[in-house]
Amino acid sequence: MTHTFDKYFVPEPSTYPIFGSLALLLFGGGAAMWLNGVAAGPWLFFLGIAVLVYMLFGWFGQVVRESEGGKYGKKVDRSFRWSMGWFIFSEVMFFAAFFGALFYARVLSVPWLATGDTAELLWQGFAGGWPTAGPDKPDPFTPMEAWGIPAINTLILLTSGATLTWAHHSLVKEKRGQLKLGLLITILLGLLFLSLQIYEYRHAYAELNLRLDTGIYGSTFYLLTGFHGLHVTVGAIMLTVMLFRALAGHFRPDSHFGFEAAAWYWHFVDVVWLMLFVVVYLL
Amino acid sequence: MAAVMPDHLHDAHHGPTGLMRWITTTNHKDIGTMYLIFSFIMFLSGGVMALTIRAELFQPGLQVVQPEFFNQLTTMHGLVMVFGAIMPAFVGFANWQIPLMIGASDMAFARMNNWSFWLLPVAAVLLIGSFFVPGGATAAGWTLYAPLSVQMGMGMDMAIFAIHIMGVSSIMGAINIVVTILNMRAPGMTMMKMPLFCWTWLITAYLLIAVMPVLAGAVTMVLTDRHFGTSFFSAAGGGDPVMYQHIFWFFGHPEVYIMILPAFGIVSQIIPTFARKPLFGYASMVYATSSIAILSFSVWAHHMFTTGMPAVGQLFFMYATMLIAVPTGVKVFNWIATMWRGSLTFETPMLWAVGFIFVFTMGGFTGLICAIAPIDIQVQDTYYVVAHFHYVLVAGSLFALFAGAYYWLPKWTGHMPDERIGKLHFWCSIVFFNITFFPMHFLGLAGMPRRIPDYALQFADFNMMASIGAFGFGLSQLIFLVAVVKCVRGGEKAAARSWEGAEGLEWTVPSPAPHHTFEEAPVFK
Repeated sequence: MTHTFDKYFVPEPSTYPIFGSLALLLFGGGAAMWLNGVAAGPWLFFLGIAVLVYMLFGWFGQVVRESEGGKYGKKVDRSFRWSMGWFIFSEVMFFAAFFGALFYARVLSVPWLATGDTAELLWQGFAGGWPTAGPDKPDPFTPMEAWGIPAINTLILLTSGATLTWAHHSLVKEKRGQLKLGLLITILLGLLFLSLQIYEYRHAYAELNLRLDTGIYGSTFYLLTGFHGLHVTVGAIMLTVMLFRALAGHFRPDSHFGFEAAAWYWHFVDVVWLMLFVVVYLL
Repeated sequence: MAAVMPDHLHDAHHGPTGLMRWITTTNHKDIGTMYLIFSFIMFLSGGVMALTIRAELFQPGLQVVQPEFFNQLTTMHGLVMVFGAIMPAFVGFANWQIPLMIGASDMAFARMNNWSFWLLPVAAVLLIGSFFVPGGATAAGWTLYAPLSVQMGMGMDMAIFAIHIMGVSSIMGAINIVVTILNMRAPGMTMMKMPLFCWTWLITAYLLIAVMPVLAGAVTMVLTDRHFGTSFFSAAGGGDPVMYQHIFWFFGHPEVYIMILPAFGIVSQIIPTFARKPLFGYASMVYATSSIAILSFSVWAHHMFTTGMPAVGQLFFMYATMLIAVPTGVKVFNWIATMWRGSLTFETPMLWAVGFIFVFTMGGFTGLICAIAPIDIQVQDTYYVVAHFHYVLVAGSLFALFAGAYYWLPKWTGHMPDERIGKLHFWCSIVFFNITFFPMHFLGLAGMPRRIPDYALQFADFNMMASIGAFGFGLSQLIFLVAVVKCVRGGEKAAARSWEGAEGLEWTVPSPAPHHTFEEAPVFK
């Protein structure tokens, strides 16, 4: 048994990567055209997304078939673990850029605008302080309250982390029913989180006058929570794939890294939310 | 150090043929070759832009191009050379050499490896294509500083998406390299027995994973400031254009080490071969490389001494920057100590490596000078800085790439490169390089600003000299093309151990390396 795994699995030539490249060309080129009012832009953009979806379905499908077909050994499994870990680290650094922007604005640039020569020469009477839409955006707005939907959303995500761990333990103990139920509940909690987030955005636009263009507060609020929401969406899609695989009878107690990778990602998204809850909503 | 040579080495290539072979390949050697060819094409494209710049600067006044187009050229020259030429060239070396040097059958993720490469031509289409849209390419400088980058036309958006795509490519490539090195070394090859080239690339890959997402975040904020009304870089909305510089250089400074650490690795392979001595201070080389990488995260604001910063900040970033000279000095010392009392010969790769040490060290010293805040305030945004970073990027990264190319060409093609042509390439390059960039030190100290199409009369002589040197340097690179084409087509047959003093697993497989190598892991002693 172990002997077959001595050779590291090297895949055959594949057309999926070139479809992926084509997809990003259409996606990026289409987006650039759309943003600059070229009529073909949106068409190319959505065509790019369609090709990307085709590529992801095909590619991941092939990986799943190879995995279930027993082509991967322990060594390939270890490669997947390393790579998922470092991929999540790269995501951490991506969020770090936006958290850094929030920190810089709150601790440095807004106070600077309200003190010394800058305040004298540019915007006299600007008091600084947080939240602010900046010295030149007089439109009043109400910042987002932490102890409403955001607090409920925190509870939802924390609960989803627990249900996912329950599903994982069930997988290891070969309790397939609980695995499927745990996954389903996790996904539903994720969707509930996203729905509440959308509701919160609508509430912010309609009643709080808190918009994407509400100065630095609106910028950091929407970009941080928006990119987090995007990651929740991706995580929910990953977990949905895992649910379908569980229904198809995939995963064994000693070999289920696909599931674990999705779980790692979900917990990462959880942790980002906790930080968001503290620095965006609470402080 | 010996490998068990399995008798069923697959020389033949299976699967699609013709163009589809290259589009669908999962072979690290094919992909490495494509990276190298792509980077050379981009090198020539960026070179043409540089020569247009030098043609305009040949004399004072405006002769060749409009100032707006000149600004596009300086911007795109930087972006193309950094992201299109230097970085992909090193990834090409990594693809070819890392599996061969650690005794792996291929990269850990061979399909993803293909995608990492094929994203680059896509990014290049967006980037170069932006010259042809209304308003032309971005002219904000390769650093894309806000608020200027918030104001440009469609070319700027194309550059932003190109950077996103190149970032995806780099992150996937870096993860692939990390996993390959950590997981696929031949039995017996512990980390501290690994060839130094692999060590430097491992550390470079960590840098890439850490900072490419930060650049993606920075340009994403530029994009939302441009089109969606956010105020990250607008003081009116409570943001700050200086914030862009902080985020950019948090990426940008590690980025310069991304472009030089693999060069250190290549030189550390070549010098021992031609000195016929093991590398002096192997362990200290590993620690020095790691120290440089770690320090690179705490020096970014030395690019911003004139943008406004508390004196404490200036002092911190000044001393932190100067600290990097210590591990770099360790490296230069070790290379020289390796040569000390060695049985030296000066074949083409060695010439380039020694040339690298000499000229790169000069760039290192001017870096130290620029690190001193009061001096930097004088030379900021002058040709002194242009001279400095071309000494480290051209004489550093590029010369090491040439050294590596001549060193491993026998393994790739099965033929020895023509020594006469290689040496001609070296001597032309190093002479013309210095004619081009040495006068820029004087121009900068005399106060000539960078990124301008016209200049005051007193700068005329040195500019003419630099332009003559630039055209000489540009033409010299065609010699390299001749050398490579000639080597691919024929020449003296290369032995498995192509250079007398060469050590390492890559020299245990035949030259040219068969399509599949180390399908059974070799035993490393």
